Amino acid sequence: MPLLQVKNMTHFFGGLRAVHNYDLEIEPGQLRGLIGPNGAGKTTIFNLITGIYQPTEGEILFNGKNLVGLQSYQIAAQGICRTFQTLRLWRHMTVLDHVKLARYSKIHYGLIGAFFGTGQRHREEAESEKMAYDLLEMVGIGHVADQVVINLPYGVQRRVEMARALASEPQLLFLDEPTAGMNPEELVEMMEVIRRVRDELGLTIFLIEHRMKVVMDLCETIQTIDFGELIAEGTPEEIRSNPRVIDAYLGKEGIV
Amino acid sequence: MEVREGTAPPTETIARKTLLAKVRYFGRAQYKSQLSQIPLLGWLWGALMAMVIEQAVGYPLARALGLPGIPGLFGLRIMLTKPALIPSAAAYVLLVYVLPTLVVARLSAPLANRVAKQLLDRFPLWVSLIVHLGLFYATMHLWGDINAYRMLFLSFIMISIILTLSLNLVNGYMGEFSCSHPGFMALGAYGASILTVLLFVNDDVFGAPLLPPALGPFLFPLALIGGGLLAAVGALVVAIPSFRTRGDYLAIISLAFMFIVKSLIENLEIFGGPRGFMNQPKWANLPTMFVWMAICLWMIYNFTRSTIGKAMCAVRDDEIAAGAMTVNTRRTKMVTFLFAAFWAGVAGGLFAHVIGYINPGTFGVYKLSEVLAMVYLGGLNSIVGSITGAVGLQLLMEVLRPLQLFKWIVIPILLIVLMIRRPTGLIAFTEINIKDLLQPRRP
Repeated sequence: MPLLQVKNMTHFFGGLRAVHNYDLEIEPGQLRGLIGPNGAGKTTIFNLITGIYQPTEGEILFNGKNLVGLQSYQIAAQGICRTFQTLRLWRHMTVLDHVKLARYSKIHYGLIGAFFGTGQRHREEAESEKMAYDLLEMVGIGHVADQVVINLPYGVQRRVEMARALASEPQLLFLDEPTAGMNPEELVEMMEVIRRVRDELGLTIFLIEHRMKVVMDLCETIQTIDFGELIAEGTPEEIRSNPRVIDAYLGKEGIV
Repeated sequence: MEVREGTAPPTETIARKTLLAKVRYFGRAQYKSQLSQIPLLGWLWGALMAMVIEQAVGYPLARALGLPGIPGLFGLRIMLTKPALIPSAAAYVLLVYVLPTLVVARLSAPLANRVAKQLLDRFPLWVSLIVHLGLFYATMHLWGDINAYRMLFLSFIMISIILTLSLNLVNGYMGEFSCSHPGFMALGAYGASILTVLLFVNDDVFGAPLLPPALGPFLFPLALIGGGLLAAVGALVVAIPSFRTRGDYLAIISLAFMFIVKSLIENLEIFGGPRGFMNQPKWANLPTMFVWMAICLWMIYNFTRSTIGKAMCAVRDDEIAAGAMTVNTRRTKMVTFLFAAFWAGVAGGLFAHVIGYINPGTFGVYKLSEVLAMVYLGGLNSIVGSITGAVGLQLLMEVLRPLQLFKWIVIPILLIVLMIRRPTGLIAFTEINIKDLLQPRRP
């Protein structure tokens, strides 16, 4: 059974058809890419699957359960977590708080614990703190745990988003342009982090990316969309030589 | 090792500066060598000694200095009414408060450090906290014991602290803008008053008490909680329509709610209508108030430090990201709003039982602007900030009282200046770690 199955998903913004008859099947353990020109509807697809928008038509099944109509926090708690293209960090909070907060759905001490500081609360908070530190070490930013995110360099902020998404213990991770705005050095490090995350945590990853080098190196299967429609799906080699993809996105001249 | 330019030895720099700089340098050096080694515990019992001295010799000393009586608020109120007495008031403050506190605190610093260390090492944190709170309460009680004016002043400050802190949860931590706090306070005040009067007081409206009045003081907390719960139910009415989306809805709906509550009470003749409701037993004495304020502080401190509470800040800073990170944003907003309303209700109940009389006019726009000013003056997203704001504004209002109407020109101007200089308030986004505060200091 595929981990995530999207069938015939269509979405309208008023009269504008942003996504049309989109299909997707992700098997556990895959690392897949989604490419396409600006405005093609890539981020909209992410937003639709993670519940930020509700699809006008179509079905989304995660582990066989329907996700359409659920709130974004319910979908996230079921195991689909994501990062954002434009960073969406909480500007007054520390790095450690970011990562701990993503464990919200794993907290069981309830309001009594929150108001009165019970033993169960201290245990759970200590547990999630330890896990948060482990994750921060894993993405290589353990040394900034106590700092407020707004003061950190861009590459580090990207990793905070990554660690935060991982803290919710997802099965499927959506990365929306994980290397956007990074310099070559940060880029290589980020690719390393993505590989590590997949190998060490056994995650399934679905990513949007504009840099062909990243997509071609990392992904096993790539989808290409244009004007909200799927125009090609296949291995990096197939995509690279697909005439429709070249026409719509890669361009006739040299590619990577 | 080479000596870089521009890093001349400090003594030389000082010698070139003015007399003022010398004095300042001397003061800082003295502070570093003498005062920085005094732990909080030392300061507290120093202050306690000062209060004992005031109890013993305060009145004769004030007379000897030519003051009409013991200065009510550290001589601050005399400044505007009788400027000629300022030197005497300053001398009184110096002799009774400043010097005894400094001397006792400094002399007992080694002992205080040892005790503070033992308290933290041998017992859990809360024991040390209770000891500090106890000392603080004793100091405050002795200070307030001097006259009824001070008692009332302290009571109002504690009510303000509860109100400000609970409003800060919504306006500061959660980043919404709620205007219904006076409404919740009114609900709490009337709810608690009706309970106590109905159950324990022989009243014209409600008749003979249903329970023996001797039980009253023990069941008083339940009446306060009842008032708080009534306020929380009111909050539910505001929250259900306004938390569907984010934005200005809450500000408008909550403002409307405040007016609805006020006119509702004005039209309920059974509770006195606009004339007000009286005969509440004055059970909200200083210790009761202090305990309630401490519980409020403790619960809000716990809440803001838990993951469930920090979700408030995530909702404020980026609601979409909060939702995508499994945070149930609607529940977070509801819980915070109802919790804040509960404490506003408790504050209202306490207020009714301090004065023994309430009327709907108290809980209007005037009260709202007062609480909002306290929140934004003190600082958003900070418990210490809220305490500062509540105490600061209450003090300011008392000091400027002689200006009468002009008070309402001076205070807003001060607030505008503050908003320009520090948009988030005096102490915003800062938390004090209790453990660090109670630590012994090393010389």
